[in-house]
Amino acid sequence: MLELPRWKYVLVTLVLVIGLLFALPNLFGEDPALQVERKSRAPMDDFARQSIEDLLHKQNVVIKRDYIDSGRLIVAFNDVASQLKARDTVDATLSDVDRSALGNASRAPSWMRKIGLKAMPLGLDLRGGLYLLYQVDLQGAVGQLLESYEQSFRRALIEAKLPFTDVTTIGASGGGVANGLRVTLPAGADSGAVIEVLRKVDSTLKFTSSSEAGAAAVDMLLTPAQIKAREDYALEQNRTTLTNRVNELGVSEPIVQRQGLDRILVQLPGVQNSAEVKDLLGKVATLELRLVDTQDNALQAEQGGHAPLGTKLYKREDGSPILLKREVIVTGDELTSATSATSNEGPAVSIKLDARGADSMLRTTRLNVGKPMAVVYIEKSRRQVEVNGQKVDRDSTSEKVINVATIRGVFGPQFQVTGLTSGEARDLSLMLRSGSLAAPIEVVQERAIGPSLGQDNIDKGVRALEIGMLAVFVFMALYYHVFGLVADAVLLANVILLTALLSMLHAVLSLPGIAGIILTVGIAVDANVLIYERIREELRNGVSPQAAIRAGFDKAFSAIADSNVTALIAGLALWVIGTGAIRSFAIVLTLGIATSMFSSLLGSRALITLIYGGRRKVARLSIG
Amino acid sequence: MEFFHRATSFPFMSTRKVWYGLSIVLILISLVSLATRGLNLGVDFTGGVTVQATFPTAANRDAVTKALTSAGYSDPQVTIFGSSRELAIRLPPTKLSTAEVRGKIEQILRGIDAGATIQQVDVVGPQIGGELQRSALQALIATLLLIFGYIALRFHTWRLSLGAILAVLHDPILVLGTFSLTQTDFDLTVVAAMLAVIGYSLNDTVVVFDRIRERFHTGRRLDPVAVLDQSINQTLSRTIMTKVVTLIVVVALYALGGPVLRGFSEALIIGILAGTYSSIYISSAVALDCGLKAEHLLATAVKKPLDDLP
Repeated sequence: MLELPRWKYVLVTLVLVIGLLFALPNLFGEDPALQVERKSRAPMDDFARQSIEDLLHKQNVVIKRDYIDSGRLIVAFNDVASQLKARDTVDATLSDVDRSALGNASRAPSWMRKIGLKAMPLGLDLRGGLYLLYQVDLQGAVGQLLESYEQSFRRALIEAKLPFTDVTTIGASGGGVANGLRVTLPAGADSGAVIEVLRKVDSTLKFTSSSEAGAAAVDMLLTPAQIKAREDYALEQNRTTLTNRVNELGVSEPIVQRQGLDRILVQLPGVQNSAEVKDLLGKVATLELRLVDTQDNALQAEQGGHAPLGTKLYKREDGSPILLKREVIVTGDELTSATSATSNEGPAVSIKLDARGADSMLRTTRLNVGKPMAVVYIEKSRRQVEVNGQKVDRDSTSEKVINVATIRGVFGPQFQVTGLTSGEARDLSLMLRSGSLAAPIEVVQERAIGPSLGQDNIDKGVRALEIGMLAVFVFMALYYHVFGLVADAVLLANVILLTALLSMLHAVLSLPGIAGIILTVGIAVDANVLIYERIREELRNGVSPQAAIRAGFDKAFSAIADSNVTALIAGLALWVIGTGAIRSFAIVLTLGIATSMFSSLLGSRALITLIYGGRRKVARLSIG
Repeated sequence: MEFFHRATSFPFMSTRKVWYGLSIVLILISLVSLATRGLNLGVDFTGGVTVQATFPTAANRDAVTKALTSAGYSDPQVTIFGSSRELAIRLPPTKLSTAEVRGKIEQILRGIDAGATIQQVDVVGPQIGGELQRSALQALIATLLLIFGYIALRFHTWRLSLGAILAVLHDPILVLGTFSLTQTDFDLTVVAAMLAVIGYSLNDTVVVFDRIRERFHTGRRLDPVAVLDQSINQTLSRTIMTKVVTLIVVVALYALGGPVLRGFSEALIIGILAGTYSSIYISSAVALDCGLKAEHLLATAVKKPLDDLP
């Protein structure tokens, strides 16, 4: 007698059905598509969709289908030519309100998308694109912080009328990186009073009195926690900056993520021109707050070609001129954080300033309540220019006023910029945060993969998978007959379950990932072979067929568990240590071991029990 | 169909000196090659530039090398890979971006054949290379340590553990040796394949050892040599069968997966062959020569009850 509890059948069926559902979207493939989103980040509606449809129809672009997905309009086409024509049309007509990006749209039916079923995204090696790995200079980030403190210290001491000789950076022991400041004082100075004043700059700092070559001095050393916080902030800010700029590039499904302790990875599918992209991403930008000059006429100044004394002529985002006072209230260096928020007056951006900025802000706003203040966005870029055949780095600067707001009260270290839509608030806070890269970045690895190579890779990977699986199927069926066919069904189920798990996790599929799936097929066979060989052995020893099946599964279990544990250890080690494609291989391998355990132990047993189970007597097993 | 219709009885243990000799020779060759020729480390590990290009007809390697040298690139390594139309060019580290490298190399290649196209450009900074070398080594050592720990916990006597550990070390050394001898590009995917091999080749050893324990349970007076021979023979059909199936898929990967996965699948093929050999001939033999007897397994081997899991 051979039986299996009913709940195990239910479980196997349920898992298989869910697996099929999640794996299904991967079968449909993709169409070239155009993604269109509002620059204001307002969601697209049917009206906008209709107008874009009409626009494309007028240009004789055939739309295969279109839909709105998370606020963005996705328009799919039959071929790349239509896609490119559509992009040009949309960019030419709607570029001031909309942003478009080339991408792919899954051919899966819309109900799948609506319930959140999506195909695995393809890695760059399978679709072509640009891969950039940036190294963030964290020492530079700490250096910038110290520089800002140095200026604050000097200013505080001058204002408090306390004499000092110099403020210099001091390093950790033995040529390490600077992690503190030393204020040297003239003979007879009161270091206690100096510490009192400096503490007002930032109360979290630790000060100690010391003496150097007879002269008194006050030292400030950053604690490891402060350094760590600064490094984290720099890394996160740089990531935000890069994300923001990548979004401006009009690339669909870009990836910007932290990697390791001091790296940022940028993946841009479909992008080929690395020089242009690197130029854009590596831009150094900052911002300033200035008072608006309300007495003089900006238009006259623009026409006259020179700004009145004490003012500077700027342009707003819409191109109209505006006059700002020459004195800078706050510079980007004095900004410690910017986040989007909601206030009583609607969406807002919360800005935090360091002590120096806060002090200046307090004094300025106290005297100027009710007057307008402007936020100026300054962008410096470095590009290579050829001068007389020589490549020279040229810095260029562009400045524009991104926001003008009325000062409603006296601000300290924290204030809010209001009068924005929520989309604008988010953009502004992003832009403010991306205002200056908190630490210098440098490209340490770069890979450009041509689109045809990507297609070639995916074709080859899929063909290897198909042929490999087919060979295994035929071999198993020849060698184990009915049991072999059961193993084949189980292998197929295993590939489906693995694909489903990977799709659920939105794991990016790369070529090594496909290799992992192929290898998993080989490993999954192992469990079945262990069981079947055991059953054959029992049969040889004269055990009845049904008892042999039971004994085969029971006795093979510990060997299967054991042999999978070791492969699992290797897979996990790869997962933890590997990055990029190696990690994708490790994820597939690890999950593959899990699904193969499930499918061969439970699935295979359920199927065999279904065939040979029940109370009837089985004369012989078809096991080859 | 069945490879081993009747139970086989190959005398593995009595010939073990021969297999020790073979393994020692192979390992020595591998180590000598590693010491003298080293590995042909890929651009992931050394930093530098690789460019992949395709030509409309068979590529002329020498012409490309010559053109690159005369354009001022010192010591360019040009290899045909994939088909005869595909070329890989390796250059020393540069500060240029991929686009600039692409532009320059494309110009040179188009000078040879106007239809040449560049498929992939990879620029790796030297600091990344050093770091990857370190982390690959760490991954390798961490995996080996974890597996040693598992072996120590799993087998109740150090005699079996030592056998398993030597078998596990045996396989990656042979993979490294082969890559050193053939000077095949050794990149990150090969390291991944080696780790998979380490995890996978232990399978057979575990299965054989399981069987040894089971056999000793049936009679403690049995002769260790006979028990080990029987255990290996009884699991032989399974060992060969699994490896054949795995080799089928890996060979498919090698033949059809394209040049990117060639090194990866090559490492797997060598590793699987070496792993099969070492688990049949090495691991048990080492345990035997360490004096493995029934009591070593019976004293502590209280077999855990099987789960009621299927």
